[in-house]
Amino acid sequence: MNALWTWLFDPANWGGAGGIWQRIGEHLIYSGVTVLIASLVAIPLGLWIGHTGKGRLLVVNLVNGIRALPTLGLLFIAVLLLGPRLSGDLAFLLPAIFVLVVLAIPPILAGTYSGVDEVDPSARDAATGMGMTPGQVLRDVEIPCALPLIFSGIRSATLQVIATATIAAWVSLGGLGRFLNDGQASQDYGQMAGGALLVAVLAVLVDLVLAGLQRLLVSPGLSAPRQTRRRRRGEADAAPSAGAAGAAGSGSADARSVSVDAAEPSST
Amino acid sequence: MISFTDVTKVYPDGTTAVGGLTLEAPTGQITVFVGPSGCGKTTSLRMINRMIEPTSGVIAIDGRDTGSMNPTELRRGIGYVIQSGGLFPHRTIVENVMTVPLLLGWDKNKARATAMELLERVGLSTSLAKRYPNQLSGGQQQRVGVARALASDPPIMLMDEPFSAVDPIVRDQLQDEFLRLQNELGKTIVFVTHDIDEAVKLGDQVAVLRVGGTLAQLATPDRLLADPYDDFVADFLGRDRGYRGLAFASAPALAIEPETSVRLGATPQEALAAAAGRDWLLVVDDDGAPVGWVEPRKLREPVSRGFLHRGGTVARQGGSLRAALDAALSSPARRGVLVDDAGRLVGTVQARDVLTEIERGPQVSAPAEERIEDTP
Repeated sequence: MNALWTWLFDPANWGGAGGIWQRIGEHLIYSGVTVLIASLVAIPLGLWIGHTGKGRLLVVNLVNGIRALPTLGLLFIAVLLLGPRLSGDLAFLLPAIFVLVVLAIPPILAGTYSGVDEVDPSARDAATGMGMTPGQVLRDVEIPCALPLIFSGIRSATLQVIATATIAAWVSLGGLGRFLNDGQASQDYGQMAGGALLVAVLAVLVDLVLAGLQRLLVSPGLSAPRQTRRRRRGEADAAPSAGAAGAAGSGSADARSVSVDAAEPSST
Repeated sequence: MISFTDVTKVYPDGTTAVGGLTLEAPTGQITVFVGPSGCGKTTSLRMINRMIEPTSGVIAIDGRDTGSMNPTELRRGIGYVIQSGGLFPHRTIVENVMTVPLLLGWDKNKARATAMELLERVGLSTSLAKRYPNQLSGGQQQRVGVARALASDPPIMLMDEPFSAVDPIVRDQLQDEFLRLQNELGKTIVFVTHDIDEAVKLGDQVAVLRVGGTLAQLATPDRLLADPYDDFVADFLGRDRGYRGLAFASAPALAIEPETSVRLGATPQEALAAAAGRDWLLVVDDDGAPVGWVEPRKLREPVSRGFLHRGGTVARQGGSLRAALDAALSSPARRGVLVDDAGRLVGTVQARDVLTEIERGPQVSAPAEERIEDTP
């Protein structure tokens, strides 16, 4: 315990090249880029599936299938396959981002799809019946109503990515995983524990920021009575999936119809 | 006017939802589609604004074939109210009502002003405007649904079981207000319900549909009750048809007797004197509106609301024979209370006088009625 505090409160460990601040910055960049790319893939796909009702089975199978992949194993395969074709840092960075994106897509896809899928059919019917075009129905009704679940998908994905981005250090990249790896190599348990603690704190802080953003963007009409009713039903449906990530992510309980909270990735 | 000409809807699995429907919904009137589930009434309604496309046949609005119109444009010109309200949960009440005006490209301020006006018109306080649908009761949500459908002042309204999701008391209230509103607005309305009482109460004409989507009978409510076309219609109309039919017979010449009454707060002595030997005495409030009956002989203290017998219903003078008869039958004194339009006591009638009037009045039967041949 003492070693942890000593390491954590030593100013020398924070500044400079390879310091804590730099590692946090790298960690945030890896995670941010990952979630961004995953969102760009998963949200449009989820919207399309939810809006058209096509390919639901695909979502469920894809989401559960991808979840079963061991992230670290995937990383090594990706480095082996992609690495030789790339040069410099990219040879490791691209494979790392790739496996993190693969990890982040399922929760966002599931959240977006079920968010649109769960829009009250009568609201959708009324929208069309009043003369909204399909595009207007999607933009003005389905997306705003799906936002709570889209957000919980993103939050869930972000938590998992922040926790798992530590694997970047396994392939000689930066991020907070460095402290875990280097600490283990030099038997500096203070550094290891400090790194782990920083990952956890970072995850919680980022989740708080996203929760604030959610509060700003999601209509108040979607919270309160209605939402609690949904959540209760959701818990009944997705009971076995009470996942490890759920501890820090209150939002993750929402994205339910395809269980989002899988077990923590094997690498951490 | 909305006209159906030999309209059918057959689903890909071979089910016939609507089988050759031909009828007209006249301008400015309420046409009710009623029938058991599976009779194609909702399908028929939804074909008018092309939420469902007919398999064959023509639906025309004022002579224009809807099939040739752009569906989106068509729908923006037709008010649409559905069973569970269909309000947008993420938008405030006033934003919900502004939907169609904004789709039509109205100025935002004008749309908002119109929406606020409509909220009042459907009996909602404008203080609810900034709330969200989940903060409103079912009845309030349904009013918002009606306001939203009226927002761009469309000449036509389609209403799909709009009042069936609320409790009976609220439903009754909503129906009355709906009729009052329609009196002011004179829209061409097609209204779907499975509830024959609602159909008979609201419809200017009622189309009874049978399973398979064919027309069993199209008639005004009183004719429907007096002369059902066949066993199916008769069964569907249910019991008490004679009594319910009286709702459409007014009683201008009813023999009204003056009724002595006392005001709330009258002493037992005053009450006994006023009753002049009768068992029951009518009590009115300070505005002259009847509030209930008392038995003066049992009175030990001044008349207060707690002593009142409230079993009697009150009928409006010039109202229906059904209301007058019910007032007489439900009164403990067997004298039915009649009031004027302001709710003040006019007098009382007895059941026998109402029955005399019923027997004397025109027989509600209609041999000349247009009968619709059933196409098997």
